[in-house]
Amino acid sequence: MSSSTQSAVHHVHRDDYGSRMGMWLFLFTELILFGGLFIVYAVYRFTHQQEFHIAAQELNTTVGLVNTIILLTSSMTAAMSITAMQKGNIRFSKGLVWVTIMFALAFMVNKYFEWSAKIHHDIYPGSKELLNKPEGEILYFGLYYVMTGLHALHVIVGVVFFLFILRHITQGKIQPTRYVRLENAALYWHLVDLIWIFLFPLFYLIH
Amino acid sequence: MNDHHATQHSSHEEAHVIEYGKYIFVWLSLIAFTGITVTAAGIGLGNWTIVLALLIASAKSWYVMNYFMHLKYEDRVFRVFILVALITLAIFITFTFWDYSFTR
Amino acid sequence: MANVAIPADTVEPSYLEVTTNTHKGLLGWILSVDHKRIGLLYLFTMLAFFFVAVGFGFLIRLELISPGKTFIDAQTYNQFFTLHGIIMIFLFIIPGLPAVFGNFFLPIMIGAKDVIFPRLNLLSWYLFIIGGLVAVAAWLLPGGSADTGWTFYVPYSVRTTTNVLPALIAAFLLGFSSILTGVNFITTIHRMRAPGMSWFRMPLFVWGLYATAWVQVLATPIIGITLALVIIERTLGVGIFDPALGGDPILYQHLFWIYSHPAVYIMVLPAMGIVSEIIPVFARRTIFGYKFIAFSSLAIAFFGSLVWAHHMFSAGMSDTAMFVFSFLTFVVSIPSAIKVFNWVSTMYKGSIQADPPLLYVLSFLFQFSIGGFTGLMLGALSVNIHLQDTSFVVAHFHYVMFGGTGFGIFAAMHYWFPKMFGRMYNKKIATWAWAIVTFGYNLLYFPMFIMGYLGMPRRYYDYLPEFHPYHLASTIGSWILILGLIIMFTNLYIGMRRGPKAPMNPWGGVTLEWTTQTPPILENFHEIPTVTTGPYDYSKYEIEASEKKETT
Repeated sequence: MSSSTQSAVHHVHRDDYGSRMGMWLFLFTELILFGGLFIVYAVYRFTHQQEFHIAAQELNTTVGLVNTIILLTSSMTAAMSITAMQKGNIRFSKGLVWVTIMFALAFMVNKYFEWSAKIHHDIYPGSKELLNKPEGEILYFGLYYVMTGLHALHVIVGVVFFLFILRHITQGKIQPTRYVRLENAALYWHLVDLIWIFLFPLFYLIH
Repeated sequence: MNDHHATQHSSHEEAHVIEYGKYIFVWLSLIAFTGITVTAAGIGLGNWTIVLALLIASAKSWYVMNYFMHLKYEDRVFRVFILVALITLAIFITFTFWDYSFTR
Repeated sequence: MANVAIPADTVEPSYLEVTTNTHKGLLGWILSVDHKRIGLLYLFTMLAFFFVAVGFGFLIRLELISPGKTFIDAQTYNQFFTLHGIIMIFLFIIPGLPAVFGNFFLPIMIGAKDVIFPRLNLLSWYLFIIGGLVAVAAWLLPGGSADTGWTFYVPYSVRTTTNVLPALIAAFLLGFSSILTGVNFITTIHRMRAPGMSWFRMPLFVWGLYATAWVQVLATPIIGITLALVIIERTLGVGIFDPALGGDPILYQHLFWIYSHPAVYIMVLPAMGIVSEIIPVFARRTIFGYKFIAFSSLAIAFFGSLVWAHHMFSAGMSDTAMFVFSFLTFVVSIPSAIKVFNWVSTMYKGSIQADPPLLYVLSFLFQFSIGGFTGLMLGALSVNIHLQDTSFVVAHFHYVMFGGTGFGIFAAMHYWFPKMFGRMYNKKIATWAWAIVTFGYNLLYFPMFIMGYLGMPRRYYDYLPEFHPYHLASTIGSWILILGLIIMFTNLYIGMRRGPKAPMNPWGGVTLEWTTQTPPILENFHEIPTVTTGPYDYSKYEIEASEKKETT
């Protein structure tokens, strides 16, 4: 218990370990937040198996696959930006954060076209086309819009988070010896990736 | 509980640097898993499709958490935390099915 | 805790005089990141909401004094009990102990200067106050406030024309406030303990807060997403729970109670922590079974997450689910009972000093036990069919939440008052107030057990004449209770403004907060203390007592 003196005098002494711990705890709340949706999904898929299968045919697997690859790659660049920072290569680190943001925007553009196509086919909450479908399909598309929508919201938050990080790097608040904020932003981004890793097979790969 | 480490860790421990090469390797594995899951969904395994898809998704998550999120190099207490969170979520899901799996 | 040398004669300006920023007056409070000031911000805002909710409770009781319409119509009555529930649950009982006394005393009790994320802490308070104002403001909008009850059951909450949205948004914000407090507390307890403050030297209030914080972090998001789904369903017409679109309203109930049952433990665990703090001090004895109490907090938090569906026995679940959840409900009573036995054992052969904090704790023990036992009755499937949705349930959860947690909050207020404000209230008046509050409280709620058993449904505006005597007694009880509350809070207010100066350690407590200056200085300690013994080390007193016995 000797070194704990240091952690207690936090006003002068920073505690990166504690910051990461706080971030992880916050990520758990995000996990459970989506977890609630996964419960709803699990129950309705269980009670409406056939209809979920039929409704899933409407989704374009290729679009989902492309977005999966985009997010996985962006996760890698986010993680690499930490390595670059640790090695003192600040410009490369910033570049990697920019690349991550670009991937995030690409994901959103993709998502935009995907949603527009659905809406163009008159499949959106409350549409006549959808309300004429069997109940299970209404539930499937309800969940599809809510879950991918909430996920997209997290992508946007992630972009904002990274823009702040870029500012902090420029201002020198994030340095090769002091980069816990970058780590936390990356942790958040990986969670967004993790959620998508489950959303992709659950919505696009029901055959 | 996790009495051992929490206070013993100094705040500025030596950071573990993960090399770019390792990230690329992890990324390739993740892409490969994605390929497998898409292919497997196409060949029609019936009810096993979802089981396989979830297993692969879990494997991918394991990689993301351990390497991208540096869990492998964090204190043990972080892994205990994640276990607690995952068990909680698992309970919420499975216990809801005490209701739905049986005749009402 | 011994060996903490702080010179008692050096008087520094307290946290009431200096703050973490340069502002004076109100801004010095609402922009301060000092955990003690944030604790007091919570205290006063929480009490303001409490008084509003008591007002609604008073009006509900007044309406029920006689059958038929007394002075408000049925719709207004529905809105009143909804507001009463929302405010009491989300704005008083849930934040009551963790956000007020947890904020104020958690860092001091583990020997830290503040929580680990002070600015996040202030953000939690802002979310709390915004959520609270949104919840109350809905009352002023055309259409009136929600009339769904605090549970927002679908499909009614999707279809009613009253302003359900503000209430849902408020509950969502308050949930996030609660989550952030939880994140802050867990990290603080892991990272900020003073040297020598090992896990098993932590005061039991800290253990209670630790278990609570985990429930806050892991259960609250479920209600967040559930209420968000209702918001989406109401505004965008997405089919999730509405049976007209294929949804399952019982699934909503599952999700709602997945959070809201553990929420009961968010409410009661810190209160149990308070009881574990107060009993050793006023019995002058080391707590009996420290580790059992500490671990039972974690056990309650865990088992409490497994029993949610016992709120839904008559909703139409599968029989298997009813069996499993009924069984688990009986299991969760074990750790609670362990605590009660340990508390009583601590007092046994103690040298009991019946000051107001202990008196409130004794009321807690009595009322919480009644609440707990009636909870077991409700957990039994066959009995539940008879009692579900009667005023027996209302009486049961008021005995747990108000008789338990509410009295825990009153006990904490009287126990820590001198430390927080540096002044003392009038103990004699406080004792009278306790007697009146306890009597009024039991007169208010006990008749509800009887009439519920006889078949009086809950939330009903009207009733059969045979229930009249019970309702009358209950309403008179509410007047006595409110009288007692007025005396109690007036006494505390006068004590705060011009009570006599309080000494550093008026009760003879041995946890760290009693070693600090009264009121504490800005960063709590001149020097971070080193802890060498467990909490509640009353061996000195116990030796003295036994010596006295030998000589006489």
